[in-house]
Amino acid sequence: MRDKRMTADEVVAELADGMTVGIGGWGSRRKPMALVNAILRSSLTDLTIVSYGGPDVGLLCAADKVRKLVYGFVSLDTIPYDPWFRRARETGSIEVLELDEGMFQCGLRAAGHRLPFLPIRAGLGSDVLRLNPELRLVRSPYDGEELVAMPALHLDAALVHLNRADRHGNAQYLGPDPYFDDLFCLAAQRRFVSCERIVETHELTADAPVQTLLLNRMMVDGVVEAPGGAGFTSCAPDYGRDEGMQREYAEAAGDLSKWPTFYEGYLR
Amino acid sequence: MSDVTRAEVCAVACADLFAGAGEILASPMGLMPSLGARLARLTSEPDLLLSDGEAFLLDPESTVEGWLPYRRVFAVVAHGRRHVVMGANQIDRFGNQNISCIGDHARPSRQLLGFRGAPGNTINHRTSYWVPRHSPRVFVERVDVVSGVGYDHAVGPFHDVHRVVTNLAVLDFRTPDRSMRLVSVHPGVEVSEVLAQTSFPLEHNDFGETRLPTDEELELLRTVLDPAGRRDKEVPS
Repeated sequence: MRDKRMTADEVVAELADGMTVGIGGWGSRRKPMALVNAILRSSLTDLTIVSYGGPDVGLLCAADKVRKLVYGFVSLDTIPYDPWFRRARETGSIEVLELDEGMFQCGLRAAGHRLPFLPIRAGLGSDVLRLNPELRLVRSPYDGEELVAMPALHLDAALVHLNRADRHGNAQYLGPDPYFDDLFCLAAQRRFVSCERIVETHELTADAPVQTLLLNRMMVDGVVEAPGGAGFTSCAPDYGRDEGMQREYAEAAGDLSKWPTFYEGYLR
Repeated sequence: MSDVTRAEVCAVACADLFAGAGEILASPMGLMPSLGARLARLTSEPDLLLSDGEAFLLDPESTVEGWLPYRRVFAVVAHGRRHVVMGANQIDRFGNQNISCIGDHARPSRQLLGFRGAPGNTINHRTSYWVPRHSPRVFVERVDVVSGVGYDHAVGPFHDVHRVVTNLAVLDFRTPDRSMRLVSVHPGVEVSEVLAQTSFPLEHNDFGETRLPTDEELELLRTVLDPAGRRDKEVPS
């Protein structure tokens, strides 16, 4: 079996300007921040970011990496709004596809199933459809009901962070929620997982039920050992969110005079 | 018990949103709807299911009784056995709600959360709203962005916007054209204040006074659900 271990910088070296990159986790929870930080340090640009957005989105906006953002929300959970995302929107510096969060999941599923779309009711009657006229309706051939034909959200690459993995790409979440990390991987051409610790395969199920194995190795191209690699977002049960660090981030993001000092310290 | 606060009236009005709900998932967003849902479960609606806001369903003793990660929340949304109580940065006379942004969506003057699950919630199952500060800036003639779907945009078989509870009043949409109407004003609130704090004409032909909490409800609120009195910070008396 292949050994897929690599570094965060090697992951970023496999990405290219203009790519569509999906980022796992949810809000300020289990975000692959070590991989995001490697993007921040790189020369990558012009990315389309697909994310249930948290500080990953804010930081990538801050570093001017984002051409387009596909999202259902951007929030830091304990702090409702991300200041950098707000600034990017309020200055019109990014293109957006803003979706209902169920439509977002539906689009990932369609891509993972190699379907052009999947039907869903969410979106009907709302401004999701008015603002995004490329989203089309489809009529049920069985009873004539009109539904949203949510198009597949195809990803060039997916970045996710889990608690444990083996060197082959079998990866495990130990917290309460898998979020949508498996769907991101299934929707992507290239799939990279960072984890708190790389362990031997047999150790994965030594103390945890087999149902925690969210990703298997055919869903993963590269594995990065990155202890603390979701910080400052949460990575239960290994650690909770670093609320102090998140507050520092949000305060600096909200005050451009404080940002350069914060950002320099953050990337170091 | 005496000295009932406005916040306690609001909590009970939120609890009454779930009257007759039965064995469904209550998804209250924010403090007052959460107090209401938990109060309802301890009194009139013992079969309600409630989550910890993360991925567990917890019974009233905080024992884990189920697993509900986000993907399964979406499944419940589609299945429909759910009543969500959302906030609203703006809401209009037909119950359209905006939590996306203020101004032109292409370049908003103020970016908010985004659509979140509002389009899917409102098209799939019963939805209510909680507004802690009833004001003309929230109760607008027309929302800037339709996140939650109101009655003039309603489509499909499951749209059901139930009620709006605010710090001043309870409102619903049981009018011939499904526009908002006043159901009740909270004790001590003048109807003129509700009308003045609402940007659109509000039908108010037949309204009552929001009921006071029972002694049991007050006891539960004060000693079990919110002994620290966080409710009074959200709605000062």
